[in-house]
Amino acid sequence: MNLFQYDFMIRALIGALVIGLAAPSLGIYLVQRKMSLIGDGIGHVALTGVGVGLLLERSPVVTAVVVAAAGAVAIELLRERGRTSGDLALALLFYGGIAGGVMLVGLSSNRSNANLMAYLFGSLTTTSSTDLVVICVLGAVVLAAMLLLRPALFAICHDEEYARVSGLPVRALNILIAVAAAVTVTIAMRTVGLLLVSALMVVPVAAAQQVTRGFRSTMAAAMALGVLAAGLGVWLAGEIDTAVGATIVVLAIAGFLAVAVGAAAWRALRQRPFTRTAEVEPPDVILER
Amino acid sequence: MFVTAEPVVNIAHGVVAYVDRPVLRDVSLAVPAGEVVAILGANGSGKSTLVRAILGLVPLRGGSVRLFGAPLKRFREWRRIGYVPQRMGAGSGVPATVAEVVASGRLARRGILRPPGSVDRAAVSAALTAVGLADRAAEPVATLSGGQQQRTLIARALAGTPELLVLDEPTAGVDASSQTAFAEALRGFVGTGGTVLLVAHELGPLQPLINRAVVVHDGKIAHDGAAPAPVGHHAAPDHDHVHPHAPEDPPGVCLT
Repeated sequence: MNLFQYDFMIRALIGALVIGLAAPSLGIYLVQRKMSLIGDGIGHVALTGVGVGLLLERSPVVTAVVVAAAGAVAIELLRERGRTSGDLALALLFYGGIAGGVMLVGLSSNRSNANLMAYLFGSLTTTSSTDLVVICVLGAVVLAAMLLLRPALFAICHDEEYARVSGLPVRALNILIAVAAAVTVTIAMRTVGLLLVSALMVVPVAAAQQVTRGFRSTMAAAMALGVLAAGLGVWLAGEIDTAVGATIVVLAIAGFLAVAVGAAAWRALRQRPFTRTAEVEPPDVILER
Repeated sequence: MFVTAEPVVNIAHGVVAYVDRPVLRDVSLAVPAGEVVAILGANGSGKSTLVRAILGLVPLRGGSVRLFGAPLKRFREWRRIGYVPQRMGAGSGVPATVAEVVASGRLARRGILRPPGSVDRAAVSAALTAVGLADRAAEPVATLSGGQQQRTLIARALAGTPELLVLDEPTAGVDASSQTAFAEALRGFVGTGGTVLLVAHELGPLQPLINRAVVVHDGKIAHDGAAPAPVGHHAAPDHDHVHPHAPEDPPGVCLT
């Protein structure tokens, strides 16, 4: 039996492939900035947007984009302040976001646990043709921004003060990353789910950087791994009837483990005969004259 | 080189305070084009804060800063400035090659939308050659020694072909061979008529390049004049104390 004879499977597959490509292209900047969990937080906030959409009987994707983007910008402004209370403010935003979402979904006429689960963990059957158009357009916009602005985004994530002295529009670029994260989270919620999309931003990057030497090669490898995990995940979830988001993420983490173990084994094999002849750097001390 | 009447850097009556602790009190300093100025002082004297205030990285409580004649708030020609921070930001694990980090130095000149061209690539490789790292271009910066990472940062600043280099303790904790390579790169920059503002705890091999020394002590400028001799004390009689309110006790720095 070929599951891909069904239109919903084709839609789920295309949606997942777009997310698999876009999520790591954005996630690499979040990882570089040590904000790997931010996507998860934005996912929590987006659930409130879903609740608002269901309650107002409008497209939950549109309301989720708006609410998640507002939340992401708020998080970014808190981060910029660098206050110690920022950590607590983030916690309030995350828990407020998911609690508000669950309550609003409960209040809507569309209430059901299955409905909530589909947003939280993704589903193969929920991606409509309209959703797919939104996913493809927004995914392409995120991907184009992350690729075209790579030198500038790399500079602000690598050394924000240097970027400031270079005259880069640091705040605007930071807000761009925040909004792109919100958009990615929201378009991924149909297939991967709000609680698992963050993994697709981070895990392929974590896997790629085990074997790469530069930023550009890490980005390319992470995007390839993301697409692979997303495509295989949709197929496997259809075959063995599991939640699609969870299947994609489990595959991505399996990929991470395989790359990490393989890279460690490769290094051990290569280094053994040369241990003694490895280049010795001069010591990092100031030698007094 | 065309010499303008306007100083390249001009801070007048600068005051900086963190919460309620004053770090700089009434600091004035003008650096004309072509000068190589060392800002010296003990840890906590406010010398790093002074350059950070000049670059707009910490806000001024009072006074004003002008860069190339323009007030800091309206200054837009950041391509004319190359900044070398104390150290490379803590690695996050995402690898970046030496060439990728140095290429960031071209953004001020190129803008964020234009992709890098052959001019940018040539500038990056020239900057890497100037600091003696041309053969390490494709290596991840995380695998370099501390001194080589500092040379990567000066290459990043040089890649933008700036007119003013601002360096914040660039050689602190750097091995001797890298300090020499660093001094060579700086000598090349000064040779083209560049202006340098250098914060340092000790000058080491950079000593012969300096033609003016400013000593910051307790948030004020305690000495502004000739570069200190390699041996001796800045309080020696041939030093020109121009600051009218120099403190009675000599600042606790040793310029060796």
